[in-house]
Amino acid sequence: MSPTEGPAERPAERTVLDARDISRALTRISHEILERNKGSADLYLLGLHTRGVPLAHRIGERIAAVEGHEVPVGSLDVTMYRDDLRSQPTRSPHKTSVPGGIDGRVVVLVDDVLFSGRTVRAALDALNDLGRPASVRLAVLVDRGHRELPIRADHVGKNLPSALAERVSVHLSETDGDDGVVIA
Amino acid sequence: MTRHLLSIDDLSVDDMTTVFDTAAEMHDVQRREVKKLPALRGRTVINLFFEDSTRTRSSFEIAGKWLSADTVNITGKGSSASKGESLRDTVRTICAMGVDALVMRHSASGAALQVSQWVDAVVINAGDGTHEHPTQALLDAYTLRQRLGSLEGRHVVMVGDLTHSRVFRSNVKSLTRLGARLTVVAPPTLMPSGIGAWSKEAGFETSYDLDAVLPDADAVMMLRVQRERMAGGFFPSAREYAVGYGLTRDRLATLGADAPILHPGPMNRGLEIAADAADAAQSVVLDQVSAGVAVRMSLLYHLLAGGDVS
Amino acid sequence: MSLVIKGAALLGGAAADLLVDDGVIRDVGSVPAPRGATVLDADGLVALPGLVDLHTHLREPGREDAETVLTGSRAAAVGGFTAVLAMANTDPVTDTAEAAERVLDLGRAAGLVDVQPVGAVTRGLAGEELAELGLMARSRARVRVFSDDGRCVHDARVMRRALEYVKAFGGVISQHAQDPQLAGPTACCHEGELSGRLGLPGWPGIAEEVIVARDVMLARHTGSRVHVAHVSTAGSVEVLRWARAQGIDVTAEVTPHHLLLTTDLLGGYDPTFKVNPPLRPDEDVVALRAALADGTIDAVATDHAPHARHDKEHAFVDAAFGMLGLETALSVVRTAMPESFGWPDVARVMSQAPARIAGLAGHGGSLAVGEPAHVTLVDASAAVTVDRDASVSMSRNNPWHGRSLTGAVVHTVRAGTVTVRDGALRPDGD
Repeated sequence: MSPTEGPAERPAERTVLDARDISRALTRISHEILERNKGSADLYLLGLHTRGVPLAHRIGERIAAVEGHEVPVGSLDVTMYRDDLRSQPTRSPHKTSVPGGIDGRVVVLVDDVLFSGRTVRAALDALNDLGRPASVRLAVLVDRGHRELPIRADHVGKNLPSALAERVSVHLSETDGDDGVVIA
Repeated sequence: MTRHLLSIDDLSVDDMTTVFDTAAEMHDVQRREVKKLPALRGRTVINLFFEDSTRTRSSFEIAGKWLSADTVNITGKGSSASKGESLRDTVRTICAMGVDALVMRHSASGAALQVSQWVDAVVINAGDGTHEHPTQALLDAYTLRQRLGSLEGRHVVMVGDLTHSRVFRSNVKSLTRLGARLTVVAPPTLMPSGIGAWSKEAGFETSYDLDAVLPDADAVMMLRVQRERMAGGFFPSAREYAVGYGLTRDRLATLGADAPILHPGPMNRGLEIAADAADAAQSVVLDQVSAGVAVRMSLLYHLLAGGDVS
Repeated sequence: MSLVIKGAALLGGAAADLLVDDGVIRDVGSVPAPRGATVLDADGLVALPGLVDLHTHLREPGREDAETVLTGSRAAAVGGFTAVLAMANTDPVTDTAEAAERVLDLGRAAGLVDVQPVGAVTRGLAGEELAELGLMARSRARVRVFSDDGRCVHDARVMRRALEYVKAFGGVISQHAQDPQLAGPTACCHEGELSGRLGLPGWPGIAEEVIVARDVMLARHTGSRVHVAHVSTAGSVEVLRWARAQGIDVTAEVTPHHLLLTTDLLGGYDPTFKVNPPLRPDEDVVALRAALADGTIDAVATDHAPHARHDKEHAFVDAAFGMLGLETALSVVRTAMPESFGWPDVARVMSQAPARIAGLAGHGGSLAVGEPAHVTLVDASAAVTVDRDASVSMSRNNPWHGRSLTGAVVHTVRAGTVTVRDGALRPDGD
């Protein structure tokens, strides 16, 4: 999850991916996932709230178009598993939904931005309580570096070197009205 | 969100909605094989029950455990006064052990509020005398929302020993604030003093005639009536109470088939509620119990998991 | 040793000096101070006859951790009192001549105010058998006021016999009017809309009124004298007004707190405001003030009820009843009552009437030559913010903490001895 910022507040922001870039990146990721998995058997796409969920659905649509059948898509909220719960006011968790279950599946976690790795760490813990996947992979639209944990993505839309103080924001039409990745 | 939960007054309508939204997610966790979330790992919750209540205590205990809190039950029968220790000393002693939250049940009205002024821990009122039982009211409202959707404009009828009911006092606040139309029914001897002025100000109706209001009810909440009240001259006999104010088989027939029947438990079958009503398809008594855990998880999470809001 | 009180406004009227010798007022007017006389500057102060409290709990014997006769006497003196009646609900109860004499002697040893014991009406305050009323009356303590205060003498037969019996020695029964049958054993506040909302068991006003009504009828029937302690409701006032019109020998007192505080203070469940009889709604407070002003209620009595901190730090229904009152009584009366309630009225309700009701010879005079020199000197316009930690009582259950009150006792003189000077206790023999 990355915060969205209005352009008016961030005059120095610049767009690093537009809607077409995002679309191409997701198509490539979809193909990579299929190649790596040697097809869509046992695949389970699991989007991390908030923007990982629409991304997982978009990837799911692309895979379905290639394979000719649906792959299951779920959503995962990791709020209760975060290690920084105590540093901010609580908020209501989003829906965690894993229709059909993840036991024995190849779970691909999908998120918008990979940064410190803490969200993914929380997601791995949450998966533990939901079932026992055969394997877990990670797909992200943007990898901006600055990892704080030994975590890496298997599928990356764009590697985006950034300064620690910069903000990388992903906008998606489903959540924000339009597609784009901006850095400020 | 509030620091302590002592009364429904501590929660805005938005707060209540947040509690319900989170409770819905917790309800899903309840149905999982692994019923565990790490949100309260390392937090200590004391269930301090000065008055017996297996039901509420277990519900809080399960809620705490599923959120990975360390929960400890302390039961002290009778008031601390009878042991020669002041209530202040009792709770300060317990909190000195290093406690994050005190879930407290006490036979005295106002006890939770008083205790919140004496300790640093978060205090959650699990029932104070005949004053309030806010978590019960929240689980009632949650259950009603599950069945009815929004409570806006829905007619809820509450029946029973209003004078001695903390469930009534909390529900009046939550239901009216959530937009429900509320009618409370009891014999005059079981209506709290001054309820005329109170109901006018708070915006609810009172009635002595259950048959007159029941056909118009979208939901009915039966309150427990203690048989000991007969000794106090509040009503002449169990039979007379059941005929006048019980949810009998005949009355059940006048209630809409979709109108949920609630009861905070434990039920006096045959007194305030007939077996036919307690076991009817529209009875949501067990849903209330299940919702109780989810709502308490939600509350524990919101009151304990976050950082200092300031 | 002579004492000259310089320039006090007598009962708020003309300023005069008072010359005191051997505890008696010897001269009033413009008096030059004799050589060696103690001079008490009272310029700008109001002189009242020493205040008399009909209703004080000094807790000794039994609860010396809450108050003793000595510490209670100090609080009384600071509050401008020169005599107090010590209630009988101690442990053991003051229900024998010996117990009464013991309280009398403790008061004399303290030496700050005249401590007059009140005797119990019934043995052990149990409400069943009469205590040895006659022996207490014949004792050195010369007990004339009898009360089971804290409990009501609710058995009509017992009350009737007590009223009859005390006629033999001019005694009076001070009744704590409260029918225990009209409220549960856990009643702890006024029964009304607020108690309904708070879920607190309450006493309805009627629980007091039915006993007041019964007792005035018993007083009429027996031809005896009844005193109603701490009247708290408008209904009781109505009954009293009727009884007086009938010529029934009934007197009544009201506490300072019932003249100013209302039941609304209970919203926070603070046991500091838990008192018996309970704080009532505003309409009762208004009626009580009017009754005090028109004489339907004769006297103000503090019902000073000190409690150890740990007896108040319980849940509201479990906490002890009562609040401090001696040190603040005069300021509260001054604050609660309207301007039209003058200093002669204050003298009437806080000194003269209580002394008359209690039969305390020498107290409740008129600051005239030849009378015992019990004098309370008051700064009428002082604005005081009450600080419970400044109290000389041992207890801190002070409902006035943080409140601003008008009028302050500056000096207290008992039998020619200055017990309080400039608001502070003086060592003996000043």
